[in-house]
Amino acid sequence: MPDITKTATAPAEETATAVAAAAPQKAEKARSLWGDAWADLRRNPYFLVSSVLIFFLLLIAVFPSLFTSASPTRGDLVKHFLTKPELGSIGSPEWFGYDGQGRSVYARLIYGTRASITVGIAVTAIVTVVGGIMGMIAGYFGGIVDAVLSRITDIFFGIPFLLGAMVVLQAFTDRTVWVVVGALAFLGWTQITRVMRGAVITVKQADYVHAAQALGASTVRILFRHILPNALAPVIVVATIALGGYISAEATLSYLGLGLASPTVSWGVDISAAAAQIRVAPHILLWPSIMLSITVLAFIMLGEAVRNALDPKMR
Amino acid sequence: MGRYVARRLLQMIPVFFGTTLLIFLMVYSLPGDPVAGLFGDKGTDPATLARLRHEYGLDQPILEQYIRYMGDILLKFDFGTQIRSGREITEVIGDAFPVTLRLALLAFLIELVLGLGLGVVAGLNAGRLADNLVLIFTLLIISVPVFVLGFIVRMVFSDQLGWIAPNVSNEELWSELLAPAIVLGALSLAYVARLTRTSMAENLRADYVRTAVAKGLPKSRVYGVHLMRNSMIPVVTFLGTDIGALMGGAVVTEGLFNVKGVGGLIYDSIVRREGMTVVGVVTVLVLVYLVASLLVDLLYAVLDPRIRYA
Repeated sequence: MPDITKTATAPAEETATAVAAAAPQKAEKARSLWGDAWADLRRNPYFLVSSVLIFFLLLIAVFPSLFTSASPTRGDLVKHFLTKPELGSIGSPEWFGYDGQGRSVYARLIYGTRASITVGIAVTAIVTVVGGIMGMIAGYFGGIVDAVLSRITDIFFGIPFLLGAMVVLQAFTDRTVWVVVGALAFLGWTQITRVMRGAVITVKQADYVHAAQALGASTVRILFRHILPNALAPVIVVATIALGGYISAEATLSYLGLGLASPTVSWGVDISAAAAQIRVAPHILLWPSIMLSITVLAFIMLGEAVRNALDPKMR
Repeated sequence: MGRYVARRLLQMIPVFFGTTLLIFLMVYSLPGDPVAGLFGDKGTDPATLARLRHEYGLDQPILEQYIRYMGDILLKFDFGTQIRSGREITEVIGDAFPVTLRLALLAFLIELVLGLGLGVVAGLNAGRLADNLVLIFTLLIISVPVFVLGFIVRMVFSDQLGWIAPNVSNEELWSELLAPAIVLGALSLAYVARLTRTSMAENLRADYVRTAVAKGLPKSRVYGVHLMRNSMIPVVTFLGTDIGALMGGAVVTEGLFNVKGVGGLIYDSIVRREGMTVVGVVTVLVLVYLVASLLVDLLYAVLDPRIRYA
């Protein structure tokens, strides 16, 4: 069973042997990089914790009404800064108290999830596709194409990310979630391009690529069937970790007043509003900050786990 | 070496012009008119607006504006004037720059010392308790957004414990800048620690380390010289691009601690649509970034004897 040698530490090897003994036919099958990574991931506690968290966050983002019956936008000024949280009544509107407009902090937390998750996932998806294709073209064709694309990447990379996003967003008076997604994606693709270019340059020297070229496979086929699957690992790692960063960036921009704005319910908007009243009612600041940090943490932990699983050097 | 530096400097030229052109286009394609803004809600007659626009050169095609702007900067070191105050932008930047530079340097120092320290401890103890503690600590730091961290530091150290003043005074003492610098540098500190840890843990198994141990060198020399020097390349790469990022990232931190630096200047300029000031500050930041990344590339050769620039 040669595939078990990958595990470095003794206890892990024991469990691997035990698993292999329990299911011998499974272990004997030659595993691909992805199969190997999956086997590694399933044993990683960080991966398990972050997947459970992300599952719940996605559930909240898609079906917020499952978690609260209160409206996030309807305020009742009688409850202005009613801070006494009723921790016994889990999930009820008064659970985390009320904000300055008498709106339920808990309901706003639940409904604010969607904005953050949407921004994170959408920006990552756009950036991975656009940046990935740019990086593949630059890395595979080399020469003048690479020189031009790399300079363009350098140009975008030179602009400080947050400042650039602020300038772009200032142009829009009606800043919806998709405007913020566009602004972050406009400046964020360079990272993926650089990683993909590096990976493609390494992979394209491989014998199977030369073989495919000799057999007369089309460029598109070589790029997508032979190079992409083998150059994808570092891109996935960078993209997963960046996802958390984009969520954080959206909140930061909203906090600065240049991201999402008030009719949209988002944690950043709430934190921004709460910051002005920090001495009166710190609890409004506390809960969205905690939710935000947990969300970013979940995605970054996922990225770290995937990195450990995909990078053979870490073993 | 000389030829490599010359080639890198030549490569920097298109990037410099490209980045400044990009930020110029982004700023000036914004709707909104700083000249009309001068007159508030009441407004003024179109003739005056047109005359002022002509005076600031805002009525010309955008590429022409860019070429003239760059020409002024490069030939006369003239960044233009701030429309709102009528002051020279070089003067405005000159006022705001020193404190941000000090803040960024302090943050840089903190992330260097603490980040490297934590990374080395974790890397040498890979897989053990210290490694896991550092991992958890850095993950927490990375996941708490800067402005939340800033609020926590302010709430705990100024409101509860009273160790620091909530705002930095106009004298901007080093001791006052310490708390904002910690907040500013925290994220990068975590990245430096992670990078150092990964790189150390990888190189710990390298042949040259085994050779050094085998030939009887003391541990301090193996770790301190052989291992450290070779593990620093990814860290130095990160640190190089980070100086510029720290100065740009100061927007949030300076706002939180009321520091009157570049971050606040950029924020005000963006909100007030002072395009000229935004472009000027970003141009300076781009220069800082370009010079830093050149220095990093040259440092590679110092760190890794296998890298030589002909």
